[in-house]
Amino acid sequence: MLTAVYASTFYLAAAVLAGGLAFRTWEYATTPAPLKIPTTPAPTTRTGVAFRLSREVVLFESLFKANKWIWLFGWIFHAALLVVLMRHLRYFTQPVWDWVTLIQPFGVYAGFAMVAGLAGLWARRILVPRIRYISAPSDHLMLALLIGIAVSGLMMKYVAPTDIVAVKSFFLGLMVFHWQPLPADPVLLVHLGLVAALMIVFPFSKLLHAPGLFFSPTRNQVDNPRERRHLANWARALEAGRQ
Amino acid sequence: MDRVKEAQEIEDDLPDPLEIPDLVPGCMAASKPYGAAPEFQKPLGFPGGLVENWQEKAIEKMAELRGKYRSFRVFLDSCVKCGACTDKCHYFLGTGDPKNMPVARQDLLRQVYRRHFTLAGKYLPWLVGARDLTEEVLDDWYSYFHQCSQCRRCSVFCPYGIDTAEISMAGREIMDSIGKGQKYSNEIIGKVLTIGNNLGLPKKALKATLEDLEEEVLEETGVPVRFPLDEKGAEILLVAPSADYFAEPHIAGLIGYAKVFHQAGVTWTISSHATEAANFGMFIGSYENMREISLRVRHAALDLGVKRIVFGECGHAWRAAYSFLNTLAGPFDFLDQRYPIPQHICEFTYDLIAAGKLTFDKSKNDHIRLTFHDSCNIARGSRLGNKPGGQFDIPRAILRATCNHFHDMPADTIKESTVCCGGGGGLLTDELIEIREKGAQPRMRALQHVAAEHGVTHMAAMCAICKAQFSKVLPMYGFDREAIVSVHQMVSNAIVLERTDGGAVGERDEE
Ligand code: HEM
Ligand code: SF4
Ligand code: SF4
Repeated sequence: MLTAVYASTFYLAAAVLAGGLAFRTWEYATTPAPLKIPTTPAPTTRTGVAFRLSREVVLFESLFKANKWIWLFGWIFHAALLVVLMRHLRYFTQPVWDWVTLIQPFGVYAGFAMVAGLAGLWARRILVPRIRYISAPSDHLMLALLIGIAVSGLMMKYVAPTDIVAVKSFFLGLMVFHWQPLPADPVLLVHLGLVAALMIVFPFSKLLHAPGLFFSPTRNQVDNPRERRHLANWARALEAGRQ
Repeated sequence: MDRVKEAQEIEDDLPDPLEIPDLVPGCMAASKPYGAAPEFQKPLGFPGGLVENWQEKAIEKMAELRGKYRSFRVFLDSCVKCGACTDKCHYFLGTGDPKNMPVARQDLLRQVYRRHFTLAGKYLPWLVGARDLTEEVLDDWYSYFHQCSQCRRCSVFCPYGIDTAEISMAGREIMDSIGKGQKYSNEIIGKVLTIGNNLGLPKKALKATLEDLEEEVLEETGVPVRFPLDEKGAEILLVAPSADYFAEPHIAGLIGYAKVFHQAGVTWTISSHATEAANFGMFIGSYENMREISLRVRHAALDLGVKRIVFGECGHAWRAAYSFLNTLAGPFDFLDQRYPIPQHICEFTYDLIAAGKLTFDKSKNDHIRLTFHDSCNIARGSRLGNKPGGQFDIPRAILRATCNHFHDMPADTIKESTVCCGGGGGLLTDELIEIREKGAQPRMRALQHVAAEHGVTHMAAMCAICKAQFSKVLPMYGFDREAIVSVHQMVSNAIVLERTDGGAVGERDEE
């Protein structure tokens, strides 16, 4: 019963996440940007734009210019999240890829770093009046959700270990539609429940910043309006009969 | 030594230009521009007054914009409320009104967008701060979308480049579409489309002004520098902001362009059909109006048979020209492809300086200790020259070539971080003087710093709106109203003109 509930929840969550993100990406990709609006100085070539976007994704360049504290906490959180996600690949691969094995020890530190980064962001959200002013309940909840995921994960490592061999066979089974029993440890159930919730809200929430960044016209456009005429389809329609 | 030390101490005591104020909720809620009368709304394709079913119509317009502008959709979806932009707007810094924080300004639109276009906002509005479009919300839109000069400073610092200017343009477009237009911008667009310029300056008056200028320059320099109007077959069409024809310090800049053209030995002309470089269609976010206004330039170029188009000193006009003209009124395959289309007067002058074709007597500007105000739309919405950042280097190179004393203001208030003059984006109207004065505070404080540290007396700018705004607010901060100068005014002061016989003007006495 428990296994069935969690198995179906994860199928649903994976479908919503993948389908939702694909849909959003399609929406963003097909909505025209009728005018050239890169925030200048901007790169004058496509390669330059690729570099600019990479710097935004990897280093959070603009955020660094804006505010060192948000940058520090935000970057630590995201970098840690990435390491944690990579570490989790061991539950989905058999045999485990070498590089995944290699990063296992870092994964644990990353868990703590993630909590620290999130706590820093949350503290600012509560303590800095400007940021408190712009926060809706959902902004606090999102941080709570992520901290909940991280803390329940760390608890399984340090406080209430679960049968990770069984967990792994549950996920391997999920992937080939051959269900294996999920251990009924409360902490594990909380952890997995929150992860599924995160996957489901992803395409409907501000987590869309991840795909959004790549489609942001102020960041992804080449600064060459004089050299190349840029015209959206709906704007082309206005040209009919023009001198 | 002591004087230097003293100056340093005075400077240390000055407030930080970017000092973050405490929040004062609602303190600017009452600041709103006059509404546009029906006779100014209709010619632009907008309803005369607030339509009956305005809520419904506004949501329809939102749906339309969501399909037409990727920026609208991506920006409204992506904000994580990180707060990085909260202290980046000069209007927030000057007022402390939290709704002037860029993200909060966006949220005025985002709350309604979420209510109608997102799942969470439809079913759990309290969770994500979604709201219906009430009268109160519309009121906030009208106040606070007219407290954004669309300067894009916030977009530099946002991790996703979210540009609040795009949101306030969309907000204004939605309001226009339901009949809630702004008098200042919409009246001006009407004048441009009917008379040819923002000021409603008719051709006869313009002709007289230009003739006066020819006489004046001849008297002063002994050189017949021309100011041609509607001359067919000229090489260059000059499109300048109309303030250049009648207001100080703008005119001094126009004289500078004419002297540079004279020295370059090119023929040029102004067009009475497209006297105006400004394009207020941009301020109200209206692609159609912006396009109409841009097409005048195309038509003028075709009528006069010019080979090149050069724009004068104006910030948003240069953004509309550099970034949008090719899109809105191109392709310009009938112009000389060897030159940038369009070209900026500073690019033109800079190229001549680089080629060693202009001579300056810098001492003519020795009474001036100068700094430079980067205009937002040039700094963050366009470029000069062929390298990114040319918009910062080229004007500075021109100024350094024309004067001996140049000092930049604090680094976090110039170049891509430049702080707006406070009057851009359709705010340059008397009833908004309070927000204009407060919004100018960061720039004025930055100027106080260089005045204390380096004895700076003047500030150059290359934007008609900046110049007009500074003329008004400089005295409010204890400066002389004439402390603002045009970039080409500096050029005009120092340029050594050649007479037709090839001798230099300065040599006249020795002959
Ligand atoms: C391309 C990938 C991504 C990029 C470039 C990116 C970038 C950023 C940046 C620059 C911020 C603002 C700074 C901060 O508050 O941390 C941010 C905030 C945030 N990101 Fe991401 N992110 C990415 C993916 C993700 C993913 C996959 C998640 C979650 C599963 C996530 C969750 C969050 C959350 C919750 C915040 C808001 C933090 C707060 O409340 O202050 N991000 N992201
Ligand atoms: S565009 Fe400029 S004026 Fe508008 S919110 Fe951003 S910083 Fe403020
Ligand atoms: S910096 Fe960008 S993402 Fe952060 S609060 Fe401002 S608009 Fe939102």
